[in-house]
Amino acid sequence: MLSSADLDTLLLTFKVAAIATTIMLLIGTPLAWWLSRTNSSLKGVINAIVALPLVLPPTVLGFYLLVLMGPTGIIGQFTQWLGIGTLSFTFYGLVLGSVLYSMPFVVQPLQSSFAMIGKQSLEAAATLRASPLDSFFTVVMPLAKPGFITAAILGFTHTVGEFGVVMMIGGNIPNKTRVVSVQIYNHVEALEYADAHWLAGCLLLFSFTVLLVLYTQIKTSPMAQPFK
Amino acid sequence: MFKNVLIRFCLFFLLLMCQSTFAATTLVAVAANFSKPMSEIAAGFEKATGHSANLSFGSTGKFVSQIENGGPFEILLAADEKSPQKLIKDGYAVSGSQFIYAVGKLVLWSATAGYVDEKGEILSSGNFKHLALADPKLAPYGAAAIEVLNDLKLQDKLQPLIVQSENIAQACQFISTGNAELGFVALSQVFENGKIINGSAWIVPAQLHAPIKQAAVLLNNGIENPAATELLVYLKSAPALEVIKKYGYDLAQ
Repeated sequence: MLSSADLDTLLLTFKVAAIATTIMLLIGTPLAWWLSRTNSSLKGVINAIVALPLVLPPTVLGFYLLVLMGPTGIIGQFTQWLGIGTLSFTFYGLVLGSVLYSMPFVVQPLQSSFAMIGKQSLEAAATLRASPLDSFFTVVMPLAKPGFITAAILGFTHTVGEFGVVMMIGGNIPNKTRVVSVQIYNHVEALEYADAHWLAGCLLLFSFTVLLVLYTQIKTSPMAQPFK
Repeated sequence: MFKNVLIRFCLFFLLLMCQSTFAATTLVAVAANFSKPMSEIAAGFEKATGHSANLSFGSTGKFVSQIENGGPFEILLAADEKSPQKLIKDGYAVSGSQFIYAVGKLVLWSATAGYVDEKGEILSSGNFKHLALADPKLAPYGAAAIEVLNDLKLQDKLQPLIVQSENIAQACQFISTGNAELGFVALSQVFENGKIINGSAWIVPAQLHAPIKQAAVLLNNGIENPAATELLVYLKSAPALEVIKKYGYDLAQ
């Protein structure tokens, strides 16, 4: 059965994923909107940067984060200047890593569902004196709802499945950075296969259920499901 | 054209096979703390015998798990005695082939010069935020570090500051990048030719923890491979022992 330590790792994982997903939606929405509308020459560069975590091994991201979040790294110096110390081995360090790592899974579905919204509906809203912000909330958001749902689900599940980055910046601290993927790895290494099976089984069931709902229940254009 | 390429490929593989009858290659799982000395020993072994050794570094626990699930390793250089014994008992390693190749030393290390004093008093008086060590469940050096903290009666006080790494090499990484101010690592990782390479360190007195006896064992996969059996012999030879001593290990009595 699941021990209480195992349950703690599950809870912590969902907490990291929930906070990271919220942050990703807040940053990702304006970013995806800009990317879907702009003709700027920077578009290609930004698109490439956002997509990087899809192709980079997590060890690269983890290694850079470890160095940058350390006391002499740029992020470390900034956080020390803010008076919150360094972020490595902390819950929020993990959230930062997750946000960077899962960002493409949020931005890409949003960007494609924004791109499908034609100019006409926005122009119609403008003739009715809706401000751009107004029409974003009343026209764009309802039309892009499937994109938002896809983005939130993929961002959340991908963060739950994160392993390599946490391994490198986490420090395996109970209730702070010991997430479920690390716990499974440690069970396997310690030859505690029964415990590993329980946790791994839970995660498999969770992931399958969520993806099943995503791909069968949510009616959306194929464009908003880049991984279908 | 295609046929031509095919023939060349066959010739190439034939050549490889011929070579392997003279010089064999063995696949060795090496506990992370022994990675530096073993790389040197493997180079010496290649020169001396013509055989070669492919080294794979990681935590002892992970290797045991991989070997029990069909891992292709032919030799295990563990960081403890228990793991080789377990592999023999479970039928994955050759009974009687086990021997202690080195006795490890634990060190409290910081990348900052002058940070760790020579008696390790910083542990009780220090104002640090993170103390790195390898997961005591997986890595013998991590277990030894916990023993030391218990002996010094500091376990309860320092527990909230402990950050655990998957293996001892990663603990070193946490400290050398400055993310943890100090931590327990293997002496061999920060020591060469009689002195600490950089930073500051306290070599933990041996009586504060059980001796870290590191054992080697021949795995079933390696029985037929001359490179594997000869490497185990070479590991006991004078040039190999020199290298082992150079990195601060004691030798088995």
